[in-house]
Amino acid sequence: MRKWVWVLGIGLILVFPGIGQGGSKKSIILSTTTSTQDSGLLDVLIPIFEKNTGYFVKTIAVGSGQAMAMGQKGEADVLLVHSPAAEKKFVAEGYGVNRRLVMHNDYIVVGPAEDMAKIKGMKATKEVFKKIASAGALFLSRGDNSGTHAKETAIWKAAGINPEKQKWYQQTGLGMGQTLNVTSEKKGYTLADRGTYLALKKNLSLDILVEGDAILLNIYHVIEVNPAKWPKVNAAGTRAFADFVVSKEVQDIVKTFGVDKFGSPLFFPDAGKKEEDLGK
Amino acid sequence: MDLIFEGILKAFHLLFTLDPEVLGITLLSLQVSGTATLISLFIGISIGTLVALTEFPGRRLVVSLINTGMGLPPVVVGLFVTIFLWRNGPLGFLGILYTPAAMIIAQAVIATPIVMGITLAAIQALPKKLRLQILALGATRLQMVWILVKEARLPLLAGVMAGFGGVISEVGASIMVGGNIKGYSRVLTTATVMETSRGNFDVAIALGIILLLLAYSINLVLTHIQQRERPR
Repeated sequence: MRKWVWVLGIGLILVFPGIGQGGSKKSIILSTTTSTQDSGLLDVLIPIFEKNTGYFVKTIAVGSGQAMAMGQKGEADVLLVHSPAAEKKFVAEGYGVNRRLVMHNDYIVVGPAEDMAKIKGMKATKEVFKKIASAGALFLSRGDNSGTHAKETAIWKAAGINPEKQKWYQQTGLGMGQTLNVTSEKKGYTLADRGTYLALKKNLSLDILVEGDAILLNIYHVIEVNPAKWPKVNAAGTRAFADFVVSKEVQDIVKTFGVDKFGSPLFFPDAGKKEEDLGK
Repeated sequence: MDLIFEGILKAFHLLFTLDPEVLGITLLSLQVSGTATLISLFIGISIGTLVALTEFPGRRLVVSLINTGMGLPPVVVGLFVTIFLWRNGPLGFLGILYTPAAMIIAQAVIATPIVMGITLAAIQALPKKLRLQILALGATRLQMVWILVKEARLPLLAGVMAGFGGVISEVGASIMVGGNIKGYSRVLTTATVMETSRGNFDVAIALGIILLLLAYSINLVLTHIQQRERPR
């Protein structure tokens, strides 16, 4: 039996592909949001980048908050995130450089078809939130410092309501997909990005109730982690990746991505535009 | 219910068409968890035997710590391994965060106390007189230990199965230290989490079924070895 175990062990180690590959200078860590991964966009983009440049991209999909926390510690090379206010602070504090606009889509307020709070078709999102609060209708929050959570918090603030500790306000602490599932099961309301909602729609009993408000824009930027602050950052690879996502090649892919599956694109390419001009 | 049926169909479809991505993910799961289990056997059996056979002050404390370690939460292990392996962390110079190697380390940390605890219990369960008898027959200490380990091989194999089962089904640590990178550090459990959040429940169920089949076939082999000789 002992001999058998050794044969197995040596076999496993011999066929093992990954060991020792990790420290290579040719790899970069991309810290990004779950929406870019869950939509499948990165599965299309990363192989092209790897083929073009020879870099190996380690994509770590977390919330925007955690992505920036990793950047702040120098534990990521490049960020693709959607939490503009926090991003500006991140760059202003010197953790990131060269923040560039990549693309946008939008957030929507979803809820059950019965729509207890009667918000369907309303335009001003902060009024929607006020109405949900006054109706005491169940609202599910991500509660995970993600970009979506930051947006939701900003809307509550604009509405002048502090939902924390309210009985109708529950935080899942989960990703967008799981939060949508919880919302659907509990017949509540939530704020979601359109891409994730479209991807999961077939399993959800949730309708789009509010859309199209300017505050609901969901804007993605690419940020390079400052190599002057963190010498271990792969500056060349980081720059190559950031240049890649704003290149014409990628922007053209973004323009049509998702059309075959959902009938409409999941993201709109924005490289070179100004943030203030979006949604006009 | 339809969903589960679709998932089962999908699992067989993926298996029989030898889908290269799923095959890679399955193979990596086996390699990572297999290697981690082997490492845990080496450390767990040697230290477990040592603690079982020696008397020293604070022994009860050590044993209780090992037994607590058998229930080590994978996410906590993942968090600590991540912090140690960060490139600006104490072991950052290794540069192995977000690699299969990091996953092996985390899984070995999870499996080692399980193997150690079961080894400890198995060796202690042997009759005390057996030791004296072996020594009286002229065996060296090392030979005595080897005979005891061989005597306890049935419960030890249960330890192997518990350790392997613990790590192959574990997701918290693997996703944190491995990063679920496509074609590189994605294993069955982390892929299941991702497909669930993508709303591809049929694929998620299929991956779950493949994981169960994998765990079952490994345990079948181990059980076969374990039950080959019935204890006297």
